Amino acid sequence: MRGLSGAAPVRALRGRQELWLGLLGVLLAFGVCEAVSRAGLVRRSYLPPASEVLARAFELAGDSVFLDGIGVTLRAWALGLALACAIAVPLGLLLGSVPLVDAAARAIVELLRPLPSVALIPLVSLLLGSGTETEVTLIAYASVWPILFNTVYGLGEADPLAKDTLRAFGFGRLAVLLRAELPATAPFIAAGIRISAAVALILAVATEILSGFGEGLGIFIAQAGLATDGTRDVLAGVVWAGVLGLVINGVLVWGERRLFPWTPEHREAARQGAGR
Amino acid sequence: MRGVTKGGDPRNADPAAPKPPAPASRRSRPTPHPVLLRWLVLVLAVGVWELVARAHGSVYFPPPDRIARHVHDLWFDGPARHLFLTSAAVADILPSLGRMAAGFLLATVAGIVLGVMVGRSRRAYALCNPVLQFARAVPPPALVPVFVVVFSFGTPMQIASIAFSAVWPVLINTAAGVRNTDPLRLDVAAVLRLNTAERLWFLVLPSALPRIFAGLRLSLSLSLILMVFSELLPGTANGIGFTLTEAQTRSDLLTVWAALVLLGVLGYLLNTGLLAVEKRLIGRERAV
Repeated sequence: MRGLSGAAPVRALRGRQELWLGLLGVLLAFGVCEAVSRAGLVRRSYLPPASEVLARAFELAGDSVFLDGIGVTLRAWALGLALACAIAVPLGLLLGSVPLVDAAARAIVELLRPLPSVALIPLVSLLLGSGTETEVTLIAYASVWPILFNTVYGLGEADPLAKDTLRAFGFGRLAVLLRAELPATAPFIAAGIRISAAVALILAVATEILSGFGEGLGIFIAQAGLATDGTRDVLAGVVWAGVLGLVINGVLVWGERRLFPWTPEHREAARQGAGR
Repeated sequence: MRGVTKGGDPRNADPAAPKPPAPASRRSRPTPHPVLLRWLVLVLAVGVWELVARAHGSVYFPPPDRIARHVHDLWFDGPARHLFLTSAAVADILPSLGRMAAGFLLATVAGIVLGVMVGRSRRAYALCNPVLQFARAVPPPALVPVFVVVFSFGTPMQIASIAFSAVWPVLINTAAGVRNTDPLRLDVAAVLRLNTAERLWFLVLPSALPRIFAGLRLSLSLSLILMVFSELLPGTANGIGFTLTEAQTRSDLLTVWAALVLLGVLGYLLNTGLLAVEKRLIGRERAV
């Protein structure tokens, strides 16, 4: 590792340089989009100047209807994700700790997983109508898999010595699960939740775009897409969606680092100084 | 569980996340006849569904044998010289798969080429990283309306949506993989006076291959999602997603279920195919 040989000041300098380079990259991307549009290389209705898109995105921050929509989307996202956690973590613990159940359920799990979750939108809409229930159900379905797989995987990584020690001291099966296996699995579960959070956002936006009426970020984007010269609004919505995704991911990564500082990847990140 | 790291997780492209050790390191648990048990449970589950569905006669959950027969009638009842595909299959499944393949291949090529370019230099990586992270954070369906405006409805819009969504995981993972090339090996390559192309082909790409495939797996599931999504939008003329929406408007639950079964099978086959390619390439790489 190159980072190890360098002294701390050098690393800090390098980190600052990377920060400035990143900022420069963002400005460059912004400038290129702006220039391409202003120079008329592409039609303005296709790619409006980046400054107009950003201005519109800022303007939307003061638009209470738009903010309500974001709130609706986030609520569905949070509900779906919470539901997925409530299903996937206990199920994963069960599958991971009872080999018989694991072997039995695997065929069903392996058959359900490859189905692209977006394809369920028509079926669930027919079953539940095109309201919040549909959205939450779809989000929960799609978010279950990463959490489930990570939980099962994490259980397999738990230290057998710790488990045997507890058992030797006369702790029962459940106590071993709660005291040794669950703490060892927690970082994996958290990583699964972080992956699911992104998946859930995809499903939230996709369901809303397809349902086309009501409130929500996806609905704002869909309706802007139908309007003439609506690309600016669509892109402003996309900027919001991207920022939401980044913030959610950032918060979850931060939380993981705070809660599980002992896991190798976070130690690595901590050693490299202010990370990505 | 085999699928643990492969996950149905279109977004797990975090370069910070280390690849978990091979599942082989898990301590083995003795299970009596796992394969037999697995199939038994599956057959049992389908059987229970069949019985319950027949007993209730619910429109929403038709019994599996009717779904299977419907799948057969819809798509696989054609003449032998068409590989038993019906005209509906030729009109819907093939365009869908073609668009997906085109989008996925475009994303793969662009992602690997750009990823190598970005990953080769520390500065380029630092320059591009924030923009790439943002691009990855955008939920891909949000951008589809933009492509609808630019290309209007049809195949180019769908291919663009798929490619633009699937490119980021490959790109970011390739860049991360290339960046982590063992510096010692790069020194050896310098001593051997390998030129840039040789260095890339014999050293950098092979050592980045596991990361590239981690990205490709995510891109594949994203491609599948975007394939369906872009066809679900009102205004498309064919495809499996189109079959789905059409059946939805007619409340034809049997066709909806049939399309889901078809998509599940396709998704399974595509995933398995990619895993087989990965095993072949990386297995050979390890052997050398």
